[in-house]
Parts: sequence; C-alpha cells; structure tokens
Amino acid sequence: MAAPITLHLEFGGGAELLFEGVKDHQVTLPSQSQPWDMKQLLVWIRANMLKERPELFVQGDTVRPGILVLINDADWELMGELTYELQDRDTVVFISTLHGG
Amino acid sequence: MTQCSAHTRGSTVFSRKFRFCGSLLYAYITAFVHGIATIMEQEVFKLKQQLVEREREISVLKDTLAQLQTSNISIELQEEVTALAPLKEKVMLSNEDVMRYSRQLVLPEFGVKGQLKLSQASVLVVGCGGLGCPLAQYLAAAGIGRLGLLDYDEVELSNLHRQVLHGEQTRGQPKALSAAQAIRRLNPAVECIPYHLRLSHENALQLIQQYPPYCSDNVPTRYLVNDACVLAGKPLVSASALRMEGQLTVYNYEGGPCYRCLYPVPPPPETVTNCSDGGVLGVVPGIMGCFQALEVLKIASGQASSCSQQLLTFDAQDVRFRSIRLRPRQAGCAVCGEKPTVTALKDYETFCGTSATDKCRRLCLLSKEQRISVQEYKEILGGGTPHLLLDVRPLVEVDICHLPFSLSIPLASLEDRKTEDVQLLKERIVETKQQLKSESCVPVYAICKTGNDSQKAVQILQQMAGSELEPISAKDVKGGLMAWAQKIDPSFPQY
Repeated sequence: MAAPITLHLEFGGGAELLFEGVKDHQVTLPSQSQPWDMKQLLVWIRANMLKERPELFVQGDTVRPGILVLINDADWELMGELTYELQDRDTVVFISTLHGG
Repeated sequence: MTQCSAHTRGSTVFSRKFRFCGSLLYAYITAFVHGIATIMEQEVFKLKQQLVEREREISVLKDTLAQLQTSNISIELQEEVTALAPLKEKVMLSNEDVMRYSRQLVLPEFGVKGQLKLSQASVLVVGCGGLGCPLAQYLAAAGIGRLGLLDYDEVELSNLHRQVLHGEQTRGQPKALSAAQAIRRLNPAVECIPYHLRLSHENALQLIQQYPPYCSDNVPTRYLVNDACVLAGKPLVSASALRMEGQLTVYNYEGGPCYRCLYPVPPPPETVTNCSDGGVLGVVPGIMGCFQALEVLKIASGQASSCSQQLLTFDAQDVRFRSIRLRPRQAGCAVCGEKPTVTALKDYETFCGTSATDKCRRLCLLSKEQRISVQEYKEILGGGTPHLLLDVRPLVEVDICHLPFSLSIPLASLEDRKTEDVQLLKERIVETKQQLKSESCVPVYAICKTGNDSQKAVQILQQMAGSELEPISAKDVKGGLMAWAQKIDPSFPQY
C-alpha cells in the first residue's frame, strides 16, 4: 500500500474559474495499492473538485488543449506527462493560456 | 660688381652714422609692429568667436528646421505589404545620440556597440493595443531603427485605460497611425511604418521576412505568426495579458520550442476569453509589454534572451512572478519538427474554429422564433404586456449599468440552480402571471451584454420550465444591452 500523499494544486490563467475562483488548493490523496500518477490525479480532480463543465478542463484522459501542466515548476512533458509518479508535497500547476492584450 | 661694392660701402657709412639712433628706432618699430600684431590677434580672436557663435546659431536653426520638416511629413498609412529599403547603415553615434542614449550607453552590457546594433534592427509589433503600446514606446525610446506597427482596429474610448500611446485626439483613427504619430513625437529618428491591415496567410510571410524579432494575441493570429516566424527563421517574442495575469515566452529562438511545440492543438473556442469579456487592468499588459520590449532589446542589441524554453507568468493580484522550464523543440512538431506538415501558411481561422479578431464572438444557439430584436422588445415595453426581463450578466457588470425594471440573476447562478435565485425567479414569475389576464405562459426575456449568454440562459430556462418553474415562454434579446444602447436608447452606457 502507498501512503496518502499531500499535494499543492494551483490553477491560473482563468482555469481557477472552474474551481470557484480559488487558485491554491492543498489536497490529500488517499492511500491506494499503486503509487498515484498524473492520469489518476486528473480522474480524482474531476470526481472531487470539478463541479461544472468538466469538458473545459479535461478531454479524454488528459487536460484540454490550451492548458499547460507544470510539475514542480517544470513543463510536465519533461516529467513524463500522464505517467509521472506523484510524490508527497509535489506542486502541480494548471495554467490556461491567455489570449488578451 | 662695382656698383655692388659701392652700395656696400655706402650702407656701411650709413650704419656707422646712425648706429646709436638706429637701435633706438628699431626698438620703436618693434614695439609698433608688436602693437599692431596684438590688435590683429585680438581682432582674429573676436572674429573667430563670432563665427563660432554664428555657426552655433545656424546649427540650432538647422535642427529646428529638420524637426519641423520631419513632424510635417505626413505618416503614410500602409494598407498592403510592400518591400522596404534596407536601413541606412550607421557607423557612429552623433552627439545628440550620445546625449539621448547616454544612460543606456554607460551600461557595459549595452554600450555603443549595442546602440549601433539596435539602430540597425527592425521590429514588427503585431497589435498596437495594451501590450503593443508600451512595447513600441520603449523600443522607440531606446532607439530601434525601424518599427512596423500593425493593427486593423480604430482607437476606441474603452482602449485608452491601457493602450497608452493613443489619446482623446486620435479616437476613431486607425490604431497603427495613432501609435506612429505618438512614436514620432517621442523619437523622430525611429522609422515608423504603420500597417492598417489584417494579418493573413497571404501577407504574413512577406511582412515577417522584412522584420527580425517580433511580437503578438488572439488564437488564429498566434498560430499564423508562429508558423510564419518558423518559416522565415525569426524569433517570436510573445506575451499576453488578461484580468490580473500575464504570460511571456520567446519562441523559435536559438533552437528552442515554437508555439506549436507547446500547443499542438488549438483550444476549443468556448474556452478562450478576450479582454472585452474577461476584463484587464491596464497596468498588467503594460508590465508584460515592457517585458517584451526588454527581450527584444536584448536580442536586437546582441545580448541573448533568457526566455527561450521558459515561460514567465505574472500574477498581478499576489505580485508573483514564476519562471517555468518548458519542453525543448519537439521532433514531432507540425511546423518546426523533423518532418513538418506545415510548409506554407494556410487558413488559420478555420484551423482554430474562430475568427482572428478580439471582438466578441456571436453564438447561435437558438432558433429565430426563440429570439426577439431590441426593436421588438421596445414594442413589447410600449404595449404594456406583463413580462419578465431577466438580466443574466455577472453582478459586476450589472453594477455598471442595467435597465431599472429587469431582474438580475447571473447565468452562473442559473447554471448552478442556486436555491435563493431559483426561488426569486419563481416568485417573480408568479407575480407576473397574476398581472396577465389570460391563462397564457409568462413571457420571460433573457438579456445580457451582447446576446451570447442570454441564449444559454434561455436553454436553461427551457429545461426548468414546467418542472422547477411554472410553464414560461422564454426568449432572448438579440444583441443584448449594447444593441439596446446603439439602436433604442443612446443615453444607455456602452462598455
């Protein structure tokens, strides 16, 4: 059994509007037999945090186009994207790209 | 020979006779000549001084004339892309340059070398808005050689809180021209080329090839500019700002990723918010535009930009900057990868499913029968038929302006079926029903700013009618309150 892990989740660039306008969230993921990965985190966020219009955040098993995901201040592409194994106290940021000026 | 010796003898006699007197005379003459020389020297000195004085006056007159002449040359607005003459080579700085740029010339990172390089640089500013204004302003102030200023819009009053190159006097003028005039006043040495045209797949490459580093905003324009920069081999200094946040990255620079490497698929149009919908505090694009100017200045003056493969995000609410390490250039990228599929520019509006404008999109969710025009609504008001006008805008917008007889329930509250709002709506529908003499359904008209959210509201009302609410006849007012202001009541505020 993997122990429960605590994560710091952040939403920005407008993505926070899907989470009642709150940018910073401390969440605890329960213990489970396998270690938590990003793919499972997205499923967990959809089930536990997203209230309305999940299609504005997730599409299929990943985030919708136009949202950049960062794990500990690095592009998640450098970290293995959906397969990244989450560690206790990781910071995961979801930034929607801005199109204004 | 004889004559000569006689002469010699004579002069000997003479000199002997007047030896004493001669030396006295010599002293006098010397003094006299010396006196004349002093006077002449003084005269020469005086004349020289006068000449210097006159030369200075002439140079002042020449400068004034030149300034008047440059400010009088009307700036020519370009409506199509034409070939540009190369910039005149500058090998040294004039005294005026030295004085004007002195504070940056003493920076070891910049120096005379950087200044001369900058004077040879051309930059295209795509969009003379909240980002483009500070960007163009600082590039011109720093002495960039040539500025292309591209924008297809005109200056509106709602631009002035953040687009600081425009002013009251240039309202209604093309933004590109307004910006060029402001730049001319700031630094007439900068060659300004205003382009009043829409960037398209047909003109983008020709334009971008003439300008090295470079800047941009809406989704199709971003993909278009990105692809054109990759095809032309130019870096793209890109920033954006919305609400209280900003983002900055330099794409396609020194082997780093391009915009498509990061975002291979465009976002769904309904997830994209622009400034007129989302709002923006003017200083936020101001700060981001200054960051763009900083990166352009570094690249153009021969220093490296450190924003390649980095995303800088700025949260103005918490005053927090974050620098994020991005993925490298992607081998599978459609435009800069190993086997590119994008080898020429195409139609980007179709690709992104949205138009290349910052104006609001017009949704079409309802049938003709489910919508009324503002003129029809005016007749309903005049006819005195009992009905309910439901304003579904966010409360912050209702505070700006509203029709006094409307009921305000934001779309988000309707979507969430907020208990107290649903209750309020129920009560008002019952009240209206009592005023109706017949047994017909209560007419409910949903209204918003421009007529998008009101359509979504009608869809929700229709779902609720008959179960959560009494039977109603729900329609929306096309064009919303802005159409009301334009066509019915000119005293109603527009925002």
